[in-house]
Amino acid sequence: MDISSASVLAAALAVGLAAIGPGIGQGNASGQAVAGIARQPEAEGKIRGTLLLTLAFMESLTIYGLVIALVLLFANPFVK
Amino acid sequence: MESLEGLSVINSFHLATIEVGKHFIWKIGSFTVHGQVFMTSWFVISVLLIASILATKNIQRVPQGIQNLMEYVLEFLRDLAKNQLGEKEYRPWLPFIGTLFLFIFVSNWSGALIPWKLIAIPGSELAAPTNDINTTVALALLTSLAYFYAGFSKKGLGYFANYIEPIPILLPIKILEDFTKPLSLSFRLFGNILADELVVAVLVFLVPLFIPLPLMALGLFTSAIQALVFATLAGAYIHEAIEGHDEEHGH
Repeated sequence: MDISSASVLAAALAVGLAAIGPGIGQGNASGQAVAGIARQPEAEGKIRGTLLLTLAFMESLTIYGLVIALVLLFANPFVK
Repeated sequence: MESLEGLSVINSFHLATIEVGKHFIWKIGSFTVHGQVFMTSWFVISVLLIASILATKNIQRVPQGIQNLMEYVLEFLRDLAKNQLGEKEYRPWLPFIGTLFLFIFVSNWSGALIPWKLIAIPGSELAAPTNDINTTVALALLTSLAYFYAGFSKKGLGYFANYIEPIPILLPIKILEDFTKPLSLSFRLFGNILADELVVAVLVFLVPLFIPLPLMALGLFTSAIQALVFATLAGAYIHEAIEGHDEEHGH
């Protein structure tokens, strides 16, 4: 396998694997937030604000993988 | 920087092109800078300047129009800073956090709302300033400097006690944190904005009409959230440097 094809494969793996953990985490967080809203509907605004912020943090983990994938595809240091 | 061969097939169509890592290079002295980022940054800066000049030119007791809007923005930023830094400490840091938020927010939305790509420049295309990693790294390093300055000006050399505060065995992790903070800040912002623009670009390339609209709306939403996250984290880091580690705030 030469460097180019290995890079394309690695880019796919980087995004795909990086999406697993945050997916589980975001699902957990959203589920808990829905449960919280169901218990305390008056706290909905606060819960939603915190949830969005934490979702953005989790999402950034996938984005790190995406950055690596983009580097491999568009600015690969091993392909001259 | 060049794309892999397989992707240049995509670029040969002229309906919509996807360009990453191509820059409109300016040479200033011995420095090489990315001209397209400068142009859009100046645009963002002038939008912010004109908005604030218009809002403060003719101040009324009962705010109207743009003055009303800017007062709302100011109150929003004050609450953001107050939430992170607390009632006593927030005032000196409000300009810094507010500037970060406004610059990032207007940059992100300018990238999503203004059809930059229609303006042709040689060798590259215009996009949001935060679409370039140099911008986000600069903002993140400014945040690092800000929290070091905050810690040293508050506690002097006693700031180093922060590093061994709960237990000294955490010292390597604390030192590592000083490097990972700007790294994660810059990568988060850069990656999110670039991902938004790429997803929209790929969809426009596949289906030019209507289908990309929901994703564009999602892009507006995430851009706003990313500006908020950056400003919130800057506030949290500064607070951590000022306060010490006896109380933990959201990271």
